[in-house]
Amino acid sequence: MDYPFDAIVVGAGGAGLWAALELAREGVNTAVLTKLYPTRSHTGTAQGGVCAALGNLEEDHWEWHMFDTVKGGDYLVDQDAAEILAREAIETVIELEHMGLPFNRTADGKIDQRRFGGHTSNYGEGPVRRACFAADRTGHMILQTLYQQCIKHGVKFFDEFQVVDLLFEGGEPEHGGRAAGVVAQRLADGQLHTFRAKAVLLSTGGFGRMFRITSNAHSLTGDGVALCYRHGIPLQDMEFFQFHPTGIVGIGILLSEAARGEGGTLLNDKGERFMEKYAPKLMELAPRDMVSRAMYQEIRAGRGIGGKDYVYLDVRHLGRKVIEEKLPDITDFARIYQGVEPLTEPVPVQPTAHYAMGGIPTNVHSEVVRDDKGTVVPGLFAAGECACVSVHGANRLGTNSLVDLLVFGRRAGRQMARYAGQVERPRPIADAVEPVRAELEAIRGRAAGGESVSLIRKELQDVMMDNVGVYRDDKLLTAALAKVKELKGRYQKVAITDCGSVFNTELLEAQELGYLLDIAHVTVSSALARTESRGAHSREDYPERDDKKWLKHTLAYKGKDGPNLRYKQVSITRFEPKPRTY
Amino acid sequence: MEVTLRILRYDPDRDEAPHWETYKVGVDPMDRVLDLLIKVKAEQDGSLSFRRSCAHGICGSDAMLINGRNRLACRIRVDQLGKKISVAPLPGLPVVKDMIVDMNGFFGKYRSVKPYLINDQPEPERERRQSQVDRARYDDTTKCILCAACTSSCPSFWARPEYVGPAAIVQAHRFIFDSRDEGADERLEILADENGVWRCRTIFNCVDACPRGINITRAILEVSSAIVGRRG
Repeated sequence: MDYPFDAIVVGAGGAGLWAALELAREGVNTAVLTKLYPTRSHTGTAQGGVCAALGNLEEDHWEWHMFDTVKGGDYLVDQDAAEILAREAIETVIELEHMGLPFNRTADGKIDQRRFGGHTSNYGEGPVRRACFAADRTGHMILQTLYQQCIKHGVKFFDEFQVVDLLFEGGEPEHGGRAAGVVAQRLADGQLHTFRAKAVLLSTGGFGRMFRITSNAHSLTGDGVALCYRHGIPLQDMEFFQFHPTGIVGIGILLSEAARGEGGTLLNDKGERFMEKYAPKLMELAPRDMVSRAMYQEIRAGRGIGGKDYVYLDVRHLGRKVIEEKLPDITDFARIYQGVEPLTEPVPVQPTAHYAMGGIPTNVHSEVVRDDKGTVVPGLFAAGECACVSVHGANRLGTNSLVDLLVFGRRAGRQMARYAGQVERPRPIADAVEPVRAELEAIRGRAAGGESVSLIRKELQDVMMDNVGVYRDDKLLTAALAKVKELKGRYQKVAITDCGSVFNTELLEAQELGYLLDIAHVTVSSALARTESRGAHSREDYPERDDKKWLKHTLAYKGKDGPNLRYKQVSITRFEPKPRTY
Repeated sequence: MEVTLRILRYDPDRDEAPHWETYKVGVDPMDRVLDLLIKVKAEQDGSLSFRRSCAHGICGSDAMLINGRNRLACRIRVDQLGKKISVAPLPGLPVVKDMIVDMNGFFGKYRSVKPYLINDQPEPERERRQSQVDRARYDDTTKCILCAACTSSCPSFWARPEYVGPAAIVQAHRFIFDSRDEGADERLEILADENGVWRCRTIFNCVDACPRGINITRAILEVSSAIVGRRG
């Protein structure tokens, strides 16, 4: 079937829902497509808070938030975008409250705020209370609140529709084509549909599932990111992937930074607060890349707990009231998934793959750009984790993921509404679904006994975790590149057993694996080329940041045998790069 | 250790009716039921179908009937269940395939209670103020993740599928008792309907089923009392 709309939103997390809400308010005929139900989106798992310089408890200014964001990102942040992020954080948080978000409150009834990693007062003096929160389920409340508002405004949802291709009119993007819609598969019956639209937003989230230990949902396979790449749109800064310090050992489920924001400490086997050595001023509230590296250093020096590959997160001294009122969910996670009682025992933690700083390059209006000059792909937008605007640079600060998806999701919706008012709807595209149909039939048609989806996925996750993790070097990355290429070769022969049409989740997983392989290929290639250490990209063979050579963004284009790398300038407006100490 | 996992399978392309299949699975006692399902899908039968996403009890995708009780598969461990584990789709909802049930009716009921803040007053420049006591008043029901474990565990819902069900009442409660909201009358009128709160027989299955620990029956009783209070 062919559905004509004016705007399409792909993915129903925070960025997509806020964009849809803006579009609905402007009366633009909009459809939201999600492979899940909207309330299942990964925004809902964000725990600790959303930073905005409200100054409800102590002096704070958006300029300080901007500075922290730039410094936290090791100066690879585009500062024009970071300024917008820090300024508009304030109005978006206030607007969320007006929409009904149940923030925790101060004694005088204002939005309560807590400390968070890397967020400081007066350009780095000490921690500041900037993170607005709803217990430790801030993301859940953001997702619920935005979905509620979308219902109120009559947004049209296509739940459990998997977008499988992007459509362009007037040629592919590199030839100046404009977005014309998407092809989507209805999971309930396997049918392919085209959704035509003037403006298409990709808000499909991250791709942490390319790693073995990750905080990310199973559904986070980078679908929108990989589809862009396949259509010749470059991917930006993919070598920067954040490892969050406090994942549950072995399975990666996140224990929020809020635990440290409330005063939780990290201890090594000797019971020492080892962060004293690495970040004497901010201690446990140093940015995540630094804390994760410090943990690895301790573990390597044999000071992991019992000599093993984890350390302790200790919240016992916070007392029952703080733990139960402000950290209830993560306390529960420790109990259920580790059998540990945080009220009386320290919790074993290790770094977990958490967040993609890189993604689909956009400008500050959330329009997708396809080169170093900022040439826009007309009608194509991206926001949230899948996008790279770039406000996170080489390392994202805690809570800024939520700020990013709120600020730039909202901007995407507004810009899409303006754009949709200016152009004609694309004409139907003949045989739009055929390339995808052929691809899916090829997978389905292969006789059983071909390559296995779960085995290739496991091998991919293992090599990415072991070779492209917190620490990297030429040897590890070169081996990873060879492995990813091998897996891509084997993927051509992947076969499935389920030949049905109803909820063929095996076919879906095969498609998702294809996306992960492309993204991993770009990640490894970009990481191998960048011979410096910056933010989350830490090369043991090149341990220093090299601004002369590498103060630039990577753009990876799909080539015949792998990514072709180009580079683009970083926008520096207020803050000249300086050494990064805390 | 090895567990015997019985799964109620159904594929509309192949089967006339649901039937039990048995799988032997090697597991760690700390594994969750979701891990077992993923293992069976990877190693024994790729066609096994179930919804899952976050895998830690927040997204609400994988509610199912596990050893006779509604649970999230990602939140219940093997060591809590023993060596014999049975898994079936949520009761009372139409089965589409294996563990996948049709959620449209469930979300339709959710939408029917106006689950959004209603307040037509002009918005202040900054946040609306709310006291900590007023904020605490509806805290419990903000935790709901719409997994449907409660509604599909409710005998009143099984007996009368038109019943709006515990989850929708929980969502209504979250707004009715929010001091910033002005839509309580509209919602209470909807819930005073013959398919509203009066269908609750305080059986407490919902409280047992809720993976978020919400005291659902209390929320329903508070809504009932509010209806009576307005009439009084």
